[in-house]
Amino acid sequence: QVAAALKEGHVTPTELCQRCLSLIKSTKFLNAYITVAEETALKQAEASEERHKRGQPLGILDGIPIAVKDNFNTAGIETTCASNMLRGYISPYNATVVQKLLDQGAVLLGKTNLDEFAMGSGSTDGVFGPVRNPWSYSRQYKEKSVPKSHSEDKEPDWVITGGSSGGSAAAVSSFTCFAALGSDTGGSTRNPAAHCGVVGLKPTYGLISRHGLIPLVNSMDVPGILTRCVDDAAIMLGSLAGHDPKDSTTVQDNFKPFELPNLTDVSKLSIGIPKEYHAPGLSSEILALWSKAADLFQNAGAKVVEVSLPHTRYSIVCYHVLCTAEVASNMARFDGLEYGHRSDMNESTESMYAATRREGFNDVVRGRILSGNYFLLKQNYEKYFIKAQKVRRLIANDFVKVFRSGVDVLLTPTTLSDAAPYMEFIKEDNRTRSAQDDILTQAANMAGLPAINVPTALSERGLPVGLQFIGRSFQEQQLLTVAKWFEKQVQFPMIQLEEVKKHDHGVFQHQKCA
Amino acid sequence: LAPWVPVVGLEIHAQISSNSKLFSGSQVQFAAPPNSLVSFFDASLPGTLPVLNRRCVEAAVMTGLALNCSINKKSLFDRKHYFYADLPAGYQITQQRVPIAVNGSLSYSLCIDNKMSQMVTKTVRIKQIQLEQDSGKSLHDDTRSQTLVDLNRAGVGLMEVVMEPDMCCGEEAAAAVRELQLILQTLGSSQAVMAEGQLRVDANVSVHHPGEPYGVRTEVKNINSIRFLAKAVDYEIQRQIEELENGGTILNETRAFDSKLGCTVPMRDKEGKQDYRFMPEPNLPPLILYDAKSLPANMNHQQVINIDWIHERLPDLPSVKREKLVEQYGILPEHSFTLLNEEGLAEFFENVVKQTQMKPKKVIGWILQDLLSYLKQHSLTVKESPVSSFLLADLLNLLEKKEISSTAAKQVLAELWKGEGKTPLEIVKEQKLQLLQDQKELEQICQAVIDRQENE
Repeated sequence: QVAAALKEGHVTPTELCQRCLSLIKSTKFLNAYITVAEETALKQAEASEERHKRGQPLGILDGIPIAVKDNFNTAGIETTCASNMLRGYISPYNATVVQKLLDQGAVLLGKTNLDEFAMGSGSTDGVFGPVRNPWSYSRQYKEKSVPKSHSEDKEPDWVITGGSSGGSAAAVSSFTCFAALGSDTGGSTRNPAAHCGVVGLKPTYGLISRHGLIPLVNSMDVPGILTRCVDDAAIMLGSLAGHDPKDSTTVQDNFKPFELPNLTDVSKLSIGIPKEYHAPGLSSEILALWSKAADLFQNAGAKVVEVSLPHTRYSIVCYHVLCTAEVASNMARFDGLEYGHRSDMNESTESMYAATRREGFNDVVRGRILSGNYFLLKQNYEKYFIKAQKVRRLIANDFVKVFRSGVDVLLTPTTLSDAAPYMEFIKEDNRTRSAQDDILTQAANMAGLPAINVPTALSERGLPVGLQFIGRSFQEQQLLTVAKWFEKQVQFPMIQLEEVKKHDHGVFQHQKCA
Repeated sequence: LAPWVPVVGLEIHAQISSNSKLFSGSQVQFAAPPNSLVSFFDASLPGTLPVLNRRCVEAAVMTGLALNCSINKKSLFDRKHYFYADLPAGYQITQQRVPIAVNGSLSYSLCIDNKMSQMVTKTVRIKQIQLEQDSGKSLHDDTRSQTLVDLNRAGVGLMEVVMEPDMCCGEEAAAAVRELQLILQTLGSSQAVMAEGQLRVDANVSVHHPGEPYGVRTEVKNINSIRFLAKAVDYEIQRQIEELENGGTILNETRAFDSKLGCTVPMRDKEGKQDYRFMPEPNLPPLILYDAKSLPANMNHQQVINIDWIHERLPDLPSVKREKLVEQYGILPEHSFTLLNEEGLAEFFENVVKQTQMKPKKVIGWILQDLLSYLKQHSLTVKESPVSSFLLADLLNLLEKKEISSTAAKQVLAELWKGEGKTPLEIVKEQKLQLLQDQKELEQICQAVIDRQENE
C-alpha cells in the first residue's frame, strides 16, 4: 500500500524516509538500531523521488525504507555483528541481498541490533546492549501489566524481542521501516517475529544468496524476511530469491516471483499437526491458540491431521554439535590481522591472536568455539560430528515422509510462550535459553525447509503470540498462500504505540502492510 | 651389520597454471607487488564464499589422467584448520576425504652407475591427487621482530600429488620428480618451476631392516631444487642409519633441509602434532564430474566437465614423445631422455634433422655433445643458443658432403658460437678448412712436406 502511495504521490520517498528516521530517533530506547545511515538513506530517498517524478520507479520497492540486520555486509556502512571484534569495520562490499534491495531502489535506513554474531534467542547478548520489544510500551501490554510500583520507570518491565534478529523485528514492529532483513539459523527470524508480532519468513535453504551474510552455520543459515504482512514478505522474497554465482549453495533453477492469490477455498488443503511440537514448557495459552488455529482450518473445510516427526527431540542436541563445530571454524578467521579488532598485545603472533580473540568475542561466542573445536577433534569427530550429521538426516527424513503422505503444510507454535521480561530472561544463560527457545524452530533449519511465523493473537499479558507454518522445499508460494489466508482469518491487532501515533500522518495508520 | 632398506615417499605441491585462483577471481602472477592480487575472499573478509574455478578442476583431471589415476566422479572439499599468519581464514580448503583422483602410477627412468648407456625403468604409485588452496607468504623480519604477510599467493590453486613410499634413494626421488615436472609442463597444468615456487616437494624418509616393519619416518621440507632433493633424501637416509646404528631412535618430526650445510635440521615446530579438526566445507557442494556415458542430455556444456573429452585432448606425454623419437629417428632411448630433459632441445634436434642429409643417428651426437655441452658451459638455454638449427644443419651438411673433416667441423662450430653472423661456409673459406679432394693437389702437399723433412 505504501508503494502505491509513493507511486501516486500521496507521499514522497524523502518524506517517508524522514518520518522513519525521526521515528527511529524517538524510539531510540528500543535500541533496535546499531547504525542509522541517515545521510545515505536520504540520498537514496532523493534518487527515488527523482525516479518517481519521472514516472520511472524501479519497482514496487523503490523508495521503501528498509532495515538490515547488522550481520549483513553493507558497503561503506559499519557492519559489527554486535561484536567488539568488528566494531568500526566498514565492509568494502554489499551482501547480495542488500545489493538486490538497493538495485530495486529500496532505502537503507540502517543496521539493526542482534545477539553477538547471531548467537542467542533474546537479542540481549550483543555489545551494544539488548533490544527492547516495542510491545513493552504498547497500550495493550501496559493495560494488562500489573504496576509494580508507581514510578514511571520503564526499566524493569520491558520484555525481550526474542532473537537473534531482534533489532530487525523491533524495527518492523515499531514502524520505523517497512521491511527488514534478518537471518535464521535455528529460528532467529521466526522467534523475534513471534514475540514482536510481525511476519517472519525463513526461506528454503539455497533459495536466497548468503554471499555477504556473515555466517553462523553455513549449512543452515538463510537470510530472513521480516514484514508486517504476508503479502509484503512475498514481495521481498520476489526481489531476493534466485541463483547467485557468488554463492555455490544457491540452486540453479530459475525463480519466478509470484503474487499471492486470495485463497478462499481451503478444502483441498491438508494441514499437519506434528504431535512432538507439543513440547515441554509450551504455555497452555499457546497450546490453546494452536488448537484453535487447527480448528479454524478444519471448520473451513481443510483436512487437519495429526502427524509425527519422531526425531524432533534430538534436534537441539544435534544442532548444538553441528552449530558449534561450524562456529569454531567460521570464527577462525578473526585473528586481528586483516580487519577488525586487533589487540595491542604483540609479543608474538600467537599471543596477539589469543588476546584479540579474547577481547573481541563475548563469552557466548567463545563458549561455542571451544565446544565446536572439541567436537571436531580427531578422536571425537566420529562420535559427535558424524553422528550429528546422521541424526540431521533422520530429522530431515521425518519431514520428507510427512510431506509425502499428502500433508501440504505443517502448523506448529513458534515459541513456547510470549516474550519474557528481560530481567527474567537473563536469569538463565544464553546456552540454556537457546536450547529452550529453539526447539520449535530449529528442525526446519536442519531440514532446510521454508517456514513462516504469522502473528496470531495477543496473550493474556497483551503480548504477541505467533504460529508457525512449515512448508515443502521451494514451495514458498504454497506456504505463503496458506499463511496469508490464516493472517486474514485471525486479524492480528496493530500495535498501539505512542511514538508511532505522534509521527503518523496517516501513512502508518490504517495499514499494517506496505 | 644387517642391511638397511631406505623408504622414500613424496608429497608434491604443484601450483596450477591458471589465470585466477582456485576459489576466487583474483589473478595468479609471480612476483607481483605485495598484496596486490588479493580478493575479498582471499583476505577472508567475513561473508565471502568460495566459488570453484573450472580451469583448476580441468588441470587436476588432466594431471590425474596423465598419471593413470582413477578420476573420482564425485569428490569433496574439506576445511583443514590451523592458525598461521599466512592463512587468513584460519583454515585451508582441501580435499581430505575424497580427492579428485586416486590410484595412479608414474614411470621414470634412471641411469645405472651414471652411465647413460644403461637405463632402467621404475614405477612409483600415485596415491592421490587433491585440489587445495595455497597459503600466503610470511617473511620474518627478526631485526624488527615482526612478520610481514603477503597474501598474493593465498588461495592459488594447488594440486597435491602424493607418491607412495616406493622409492629408495635420492636419485629415484629426483628422477620421479623430474618426470612429473615434464609431464605437468607438457600438459600445461602447471609450469612446475621449482625456483618460482610452482613445484614444492616434501620427502618422507624412513629406514628399516628387510623383513621388519617400516621405521619411523621424518618429513623433510624446504627443498628448493631437484638436485637438493636428491641430496636431502640421501643425507636423511644416512643420518637415520647412523642414528639407529648408534642405538638412537628416530623421532617422527619435520626437518628442514639446509642447502648450505647439506644437512637436515629439526624444524621450528610450526604445527607440532596438530589436530587439524577436519570438517566438510559447507559452502561447496560435492564436485561432480561426468564422462561420455554419464553426461546428462540437456546439460549446458559450460556447466560440466567431461572426463572423456579431456582425455581425448591430452597431448603426447614425455614417455610417448620419447618412444616416437626413438622410433622415428633411430636414436637410443638415453638420447631421447636427454632431448626431452632440456627445454626446446627436441625441437632443435628435429629441425636440424629436417634441414640436413646427415642421418639422425649422427646428428644426435652433435646435439647432445657439442651443442648441449656448450650451452651448459655458458648457462644458456636452447632458446638462447647463438647457433640456430639452420646454421648447425648447414655445417653438418658440409661435413656430410665431405667438404670438411669432422675436426674442422668442430673448429667451425667453435667459431659459430661467437655469434658473429658468419655462415659455416664463410668460416671454412676464411680458415681454409676445406677438405682437399683433388688428388694432384694432395700429392703436391705431401711431396712438399716430405721435401721439407728431408731438408731438416
